[in-house]
Amino acid sequence: MLPRLIKRQTPSASMVYLSPVLALLLTLVASIILFLMMGVSPAAALHAFFVEPISSVYGLSELTVKATPLILIGVALSLGFRAGVWNIGAEGQLILGGIFGGTTALFFYEKTGFYIIPLILITGIIGGMLWAGIVAFLKTRFNANEILTSLMLSYVAALLLNLLIHGPLKDPDGFNFPESRLFSDSALLPILYDGTRMHLGAIIALVAVGLGWILLSRTLLGYQIKVIGDAPAAGEHAGFSPSKIIWITLLISGGAAGLAGAIEVSGPIGQVLPNISPGYGFAAIIVAYVGRLHPLGVLFSALLLALSYLGGETAQIKLNLPVAVTGVFQGLLLFFLLASDVLIHYRLQFSKQAAV
Amino acid sequence: MTEKSEYLIELTGMRKAFPGVLATDNVDLKIRRGEVHALLGENGAGKSTLVKMIYGILKPDAGEIRFNGETVDIKNPAHARELGVAMVFQHFSLFDSLTVVENISLGMDQKSDMKTLATKITDVSERYGLPLDPHRHVYTLSVGERQRIEIIRCLLQEPKLLIMDEPTSVLTPQEVDKLFITLRRLGEEGLAILYISHKLDEIKALCDDATILRLGKKVGGVSVAEESTGSLAAMMMGEELKEFKQAAKVTVGDIRLEAKDLNMIASDPLGISLKNINLEVRAGEVVGIAGVAGNGQDELLTALNGEHRNNNPESIYIEGKASANLNPNQRRELGMASVPEKRLGHGAMPDMNLIDNAFLTAYDRLGFIKSGLIDYAKTRKFAKEVIRDFNVKTPRANVPAASLSGGNLQKFIIGREFKQKPSILVVSQPTWGVDAGAAQTIREAIREMASQGAAVLVISQDLDELMEISDRIGAICGGVLSKFYPIEEIIIEKMGLLMAGVELEDGVQNVA
Repeated sequence: MLPRLIKRQTPSASMVYLSPVLALLLTLVASIILFLMMGVSPAAALHAFFVEPISSVYGLSELTVKATPLILIGVALSLGFRAGVWNIGAEGQLILGGIFGGTTALFFYEKTGFYIIPLILITGIIGGMLWAGIVAFLKTRFNANEILTSLMLSYVAALLLNLLIHGPLKDPDGFNFPESRLFSDSALLPILYDGTRMHLGAIIALVAVGLGWILLSRTLLGYQIKVIGDAPAAGEHAGFSPSKIIWITLLISGGAAGLAGAIEVSGPIGQVLPNISPGYGFAAIIVAYVGRLHPLGVLFSALLLALSYLGGETAQIKLNLPVAVTGVFQGLLLFFLLASDVLIHYRLQFSKQAAV
Repeated sequence: MTEKSEYLIELTGMRKAFPGVLATDNVDLKIRRGEVHALLGENGAGKSTLVKMIYGILKPDAGEIRFNGETVDIKNPAHARELGVAMVFQHFSLFDSLTVVENISLGMDQKSDMKTLATKITDVSERYGLPLDPHRHVYTLSVGERQRIEIIRCLLQEPKLLIMDEPTSVLTPQEVDKLFITLRRLGEEGLAILYISHKLDEIKALCDDATILRLGKKVGGVSVAEESTGSLAAMMMGEELKEFKQAAKVTVGDIRLEAKDLNMIASDPLGISLKNINLEVRAGEVVGIAGVAGNGQDELLTALNGEHRNNNPESIYIEGKASANLNPNQRRELGMASVPEKRLGHGAMPDMNLIDNAFLTAYDRLGFIKSGLIDYAKTRKFAKEVIRDFNVKTPRANVPAASLSGGNLQKFIIGREFKQKPSILVVSQPTWGVDAGAAQTIREAIREMASQGAAVLVISQDLDELMEISDRIGAICGGVLSKFYPIEEIIIEKMGLLMAGVELEDGVQNVA
């Protein structure tokens, strides 16, 4: 007899917030089993994965570098997810932000001036918004499922970047390598702490957390997002427009992802490459959920996911583990989180129960 | 007598507890063959729980069920049907896009071919006076006809016990009469019927014996003929209901809400389109709109409150202003408040707390936004006032709306709208699924609103309620609104005709 899921009358309130912790613990247990099966000492692997990357100032600064795009996108995605708008194409919007911001940087290659960086960031936002705007248009005009359109547009964006980097954005003195020129100093984000790569983006990400928090908890727009997400008909009863919320949340998340893309190219990367993101746009979906769709939670979960990128690199170098270990860790975390969430709202019943 | 027992089914000591509530406690119930037995009680008295245990949907925590004198452990509904128990639910489970015979074939435990089944359906429907064409699609049928499908589906199983859960709540008075004739005939043929209701006059008219539940306990087992409706009500509610006080009539004032040839195409393919709706509601009066469920009530409410709009502004006037193109908030600004039929998900957000729910419709009129930010202190104060003034039973204001009982949530929603002092109020099904005490409070509050000068429109399927609180009354059928009649000039039978879409010859003009 297969177990059945029975809805709980009242889900435990504390468990809703504890489930990310539980998911993390289960992920660790699963990782240990995985390391044992691969013949690696779990202690050494866990040390390489979770401790070593953050046991130096440089490591901590790298953590902020990886966390910056995750926070920016995670906060913005949380808003959309709260409203039931499932933008899973932040990766594509990030790439568009990188293309737009990078093009701006290359356009002002021979110029200097304080205005260049703001322009890069703004064009990056516009690029992300344009890409998300297509999704919003298709959703509100034709009722096209945003999960499909946003995801498919991500692949289009990756191909578009490839096309451009093999064409107009290619470095004229680059021996035909598919890379742009290195940006000039005026197009690079200022470093916050000498000797590291920690850049201005970290502060922008913190500001995004604050803005997201205020928007969600204190403004009419945030209230509308929550109402439309919980009960769309109640939103219409109050006179809120669902398509307005679809547009706004998609533009916000697209804009944030675009900003993250512009920050990546003008920050740690410093040029336009065929790969400007190791899947930040997708990892941010996990960040948003592990952070319980709350900006403050997103801040912490983004640090955790950022650590998974760093830990994966260390594990590769120190223990010869494959690069896939980062993806496996992120996947396990999301898997256990979703499983915990299901069990918070439902309980398993093994005995045979009458069908209604 | 060859049967082993005098009773077809005997329940003793039935007990079922849910987290936090004892739904039925040591309840006994005995039904003879051929008897129409009433199960009587208010909402939440434990009627449904008891019946679900008989039908195998719920497992009893304690108690014994004897069927034909033999102890049985009813495992599931299929097992119950095997024993000869059939049930007609309050909410039908029919597929609109399939025909009658296709729907019935889906619910049969034994499969048979469509042709034989169609003949059987025609046979049963003729024998028991349940006219029904097996080849019609369900979406073309009235609610009464849909109920017949459910009844015929049950009768085809040749049951010994037929359970009917509040079958008349969706029927016109005429349809109720027809149903009763059928049920009596079934009783004469030896079928035992368990009839669940809280409508006393129906029970007086139909049933032989009655078992009365209150708060999960059996408070009486009586022969219906020996009781009056008053004594049954007293047992059901525990205390005599205080008589409804008709508020002092106020003089009716100006027209506040007016619809002129209002047409609205249904957005949902299975919804009802509104056709040439004309109505006026004046300051100080309560206008009632009766009707069987699914005849355009929801569409009328959402057309009036602005959730659905058409492009002819002149079709609705609010306070004399052409308003059919205004959105709900703009109409609220003009003084209109509304309470939709569906509480969770339409009138309130289930997972959000009462403070957030108080904000939903009141923020604009009561100014809960200060320099761009939500003023939660003010909103909380308002939510607490609603809870206090409308006697909403809740531990705190910051609990999710879904945790409140139906009646308490309804009081909260009604209170939220009433406390904004609207000049026009449109309410749909104000007391649906609400216990008698709360229903009384809500009806009094509605009358009170009118006597303070508001124009009130009440859309309800509960005809008794409308007769009690309205000054003028009409009915909606298939998206068409009847003429309106002063309450003193109308009788229940005429209302039944109006609800069925029949025009009355002595109709008066639709004005006050």
